[in-house]
This record gives sequence, structure tokens and C-alpha cells, in this order.
Amino acid sequence: MLEVVQPGLFSTVQDRGRTGHYAMGVPPSGAMDLFAHDAANALVGNDPSAATIEMTYVGATLTFREFTVVAVTGAGVTAVLDGVRVPPWTSQVVRAGQTLAFGPMTTGVRAYVAVRGGIDVPPVMGSRSTYVASGLGGHHGRALVAGDVLAGGDLVAPGSWPRGAVSVPDELVPRHPAELEVRVVPGLCDYRLTAAAKELLYSAPFTVSTEANRTGYRLAGPPLDFVAREAPFGAGADPSNVVNLGYPVGSIQVPSGSELIVLVRDAVTGGGYATVGTVISADLDLLAQARSPDSVVFVPVGIETALEARRLRAARLRRVTELLHA
Amino acid sequence: MSRLPDGSRLSFGADEFLFVELSEEMSLQTTLRVIAITDELRERDVLGVVDVCPAHASYMLRVDPDTVDPRDVEGLLGEVHAGHADGQRLTIRARLVELPVFYDDPWTLETLMRFRDRHQAPELSDLEYCARINGFDDVQDLIRAHSSNPFIATFIGFMPGNAESYQLVPRERQLQAPKYLRPRTDTPERALGHGGAFTTVYPVRGAGGFQLLGRCAVPVFDPEHRLPDFDGRIVLPRAGDIFKYRPIDGAEYDDIRTAVADGSYRYRISETTFDLPGFLGDPQGYNDRLLEALRDA
Repeated sequence: MLEVVQPGLFSTVQDRGRTGHYAMGVPPSGAMDLFAHDAANALVGNDPSAATIEMTYVGATLTFREFTVVAVTGAGVTAVLDGVRVPPWTSQVVRAGQTLAFGPMTTGVRAYVAVRGGIDVPPVMGSRSTYVASGLGGHHGRALVAGDVLAGGDLVAPGSWPRGAVSVPDELVPRHPAELEVRVVPGLCDYRLTAAAKELLYSAPFTVSTEANRTGYRLAGPPLDFVAREAPFGAGADPSNVVNLGYPVGSIQVPSGSELIVLVRDAVTGGGYATVGTVISADLDLLAQARSPDSVVFVPVGIETALEARRLRAARLRRVTELLHA
Repeated sequence: MSRLPDGSRLSFGADEFLFVELSEEMSLQTTLRVIAITDELRERDVLGVVDVCPAHASYMLRVDPDTVDPRDVEGLLGEVHAGHADGQRLTIRARLVELPVFYDDPWTLETLMRFRDRHQAPELSDLEYCARINGFDDVQDLIRAHSSNPFIATFIGFMPGNAESYQLVPRERQLQAPKYLRPRTDTPERALGHGGAFTTVYPVRGAGGFQLLGRCAVPVFDPEHRLPDFDGRIVLPRAGDIFKYRPIDGAEYDDIRTAVADGSYRYRISETTFDLPGFLGDPQGYNDRLLEALRDA
């Protein structure tokens, strides 16, 4: 059990997200940087389904009411346990009454705090993830506030035991460079873009704007032109309009060609702007740590590369999990 | 992007989604074909397919790539499409639901005025703009056209509770409007929006790109299960629901809000079927009979 003394800028309870309700308009939610979330869980010996606390830009201050093991991963952040610095990507024993205080993120955007057994909030539609827009899941469907008390769960991995000082080796810790490449599978409605616009999309640098959150990342870049047409019935007259359709998580849209938006884990599940490609799931982790004015270059890849990147991420996570059995 | 044998576009939404577009334009025939295809895909319960998401003229599948390679689903889609070649399996179960709407209300007006820099016609309100581009002299004529014939929900999505609905009138009488040039970052809860040829009630406050016409007095999203007509679900709309938007004034709006707040509000709902050939044969007569059934409910 832990008490939120200060919530930080925007902290929510998240797990790996919900599936099976997308058709009703319920997005997956879940940790924005899934690798960091999964690694935090692994470091404290949790089952992968356990929930962590996702902190954004400025970390929280948490007081623990019982003995536990914690780990913080993701963005670079100063963590202090009763005045003593705690190393990142490392499991840490915490005694009852101790306070863990986080500073602002120094690199990246989102840091994850895992507690042994997970954060226990009531699952909603099969997940503990917070979806703030509709007030679903998490702790009362909202971001954490000072005074919230969160119960610990019992979702521990079989055969694991609580121990501190287990660290993820440096070569497995993702970096958060200010210039990043994000891989995209082209397609969806990209027939709407001119050939020149497609070339720009995959060569020009785009700058992450300050409007970048759990629903979408807005990026500024060169205008992208659409193929001239007579609007299909029901689409609307703007060249970027389509008859409303489903949006994949990670899909890219360019409303009016002037502003690029990557839809992420709390995004709407559909709408009326042409989508032109989808960020591969492994690289959504990188984007989740990008902040204004970081620079993004989109790299077109095939489905086979997207699947291979997913396998590589899973293999990296397995190496983290094996640390606990070493 | 590739093509299924029937010409539908298929592409991968990276590793977790398949996107299939049957047509770039809206028609009831295409929508009912999408419903038939996605119903069958859902019934087949394909291993690794975790969500089947129909839209107006397209659909998506969400897959778990750790269970199924998304490329392996393509053959199945061709087969299922071939089994629903003409889309004429065209009677669906439907509910008629009346939604009371305060058109030209003060709240959506206040919101839309804050986003004129994102609008095609900054000097007009959304209602004035929609009236003008649809050939009406007066916003009251637009409101009459919007509220006199019902709409059928053809895309459940966007957010929980959202149901994009298509008016049951011939194509030449459809009200059309572009979405905002850039989406608003704010919309009041229960705002009535119109974009493309579709109307929706925004379930909760949030971003949006539809033209704002009014505000619905009753919720379409009820996460706390306060209203009995949600039948234990958190969202009111179901695919195939037929909505009648009934114009109300500010006083009735306030009365209905009071009834919603104390949990006593009952929606006017009637069970029916929707038969596409029947509708296409006599649209106005068909609608008149539907609305008569609703009045008797």
C-alpha cells in the first residue's frame, strides 16, 4: 500500500492495455512506453499483467506503508528514497514509512514505477489502465492526486522473490535521443497523398510540438499535398477528409496537410481524416519518450520489419526477466 | 496496400491492425455489406483476431501478432468477401431511439467561437455555415431538415458511446459538411455534431472536428450505470440503431437534465427491423411508418 504525497504533473495507473472493446470505441490505453513498463514489472518479479504508475514530465512523491520492492524505468529521472539517490532500471527494497520522491524527467518524458505485486485497482473491461477521457479504469478513472492511497496487488511471477539491486544492463536500456527515427508501415489511405508528399513524409524532419500526450503526438513539418479529386460522397470537401473510418493505434493523419498527428494509446478509435501509415508497435515506445522540440524522421518499412522489431523487443524483455533468475 | 479479389483495398496498420476499405464513398448498400462481412468474421472467432471494427465503408481487424501473423489473415478475408458479394442480405434488427436536442444552444456556440481560427468560415457559426453550404436560407430550415427524418447508426467508434449516423433520405437530400480544417481541442459533452454526411452526439467532453449544431439533453455514455435504458451497458448506441433527433427549447432541455440527474429519465425506444429494399422503394413512406411506431412507443 502506498500514499500519493504529490502526484507530479500527470501520473496514471497503467498496465498493458485493454483488448476486445475497440469496436465500441474504447481505445487500448495502457503504458505509452510498453518496454519500460514491462521491464519495471520484470525487475520487481511481477506478472506481466501487473499495473505500474506512469509519470509524465515531473515525477511523483510516494510514501510506502509496507515493505515492498520497487523499480523505476523509462525516462531519466532523479529518484530519492528518504534522501538517498536510487539508481534507475534497478530493483530497490523499500521499508514501511519510507518516501520515494521523483524530480523532473531529464531525458525522455515518461517514467514507470513498478511495485511488487502491481498496483491493485479494480479491472475495468479486463484492464487496470486509466482512460481519462471517458473516466474508465485506473484509480477512479483519473490521474492521481495528492492523498490518493493505492493498494498493492498479488500479481507476482511464479518462482520470483523480492530482492533489490537487480539492474538492467546498460546495453538493454533504451536511449532517448533528441533526433529519432520512427519506422512506419505505409498504407491505409496514403493513396490520398501526392507522390511528392509521400517523399516528404519519409524524408523531412518533423518537430514534436507541445501538443503531445496520451491521445496523440502533433508534429510540425512541411505541408503535405493531397491528390486533387472530387470528394467521394459522405467524405466532406476538404482534401484530407474521408468517409469516417477506423484508426489503427499508431496511425498518422495529416488534417488539411498542415499538421501531422500520430494517434497513440488513448486516441479516438476512428474519425474522418485520411490516415497515411502506421508507426510500428515497437517504435511507439520511442515516440512516447519524445518531447518538444525533438526531431523525428519517419522511415517506411514493410510488415515483416514491424513483426521483426516486435520480436526483438520481446527478446530484449526476456533478457531482463532472466536477470531475476540468474 | 493490396487488393482483395472484389477490389477492396487491404493494408496493414503496422503489426497490430488490418484495414480494409470497400469503397471511398458512403452508401447504405456498402455499409450493410460491411456489417454482413464483419458479422461473419466475428462469428468465425478467428484465432488471434481480438477486435472486429466495422465502419461506414471500411472495417478494421485488430490482431495479436504474437498469436497470428497478420499476413495469414488475408486469404480468409478474400473468402468472406466473396460470400457477401452483393450486400443484399439487407434486413437488420434495429432499435428506434428518440434523442431530444437543443439546436443552436449557448454551450456549443461558446465553444465553437473559441475555435474560429480552425474553421472554413470564421465569420459564421457552424449552423450558419452548414445552412449556407446546403442551400438553406435560414438555420431553421436546416434544423427542420436535420430533425424531420431519422438517422441510422453506421459506425460505432471514435470514443465509447459515439455513433456516427447517416440520415435515411435519398442521396440528393443528404446534409453534407466538411470537418473543421484542424480539429478542435474541446467540445462540450453531448454536443450534436455533423461531418461528412454523418451526425453524432459527442459522448464526453473532448477533441473533435464535426460542425456543432446543438446539444443533446440526454447522455449516450453512462459509466456509472445510472439510467435504466442502458441495460447495464456503459454506452447507449448499438450498430443499426435508428435515431430521431427531436428539437427542444431551453426550458425543456432543463427539465430533461433534471430527470437525467435524478436517474428517472426514460428514453423513448421502440424495437423494429430495417429493410433496405423496403426503404429504397419508398424512403419517405418508410420513415413515416418508422416514426409512427416511435410515437406509439
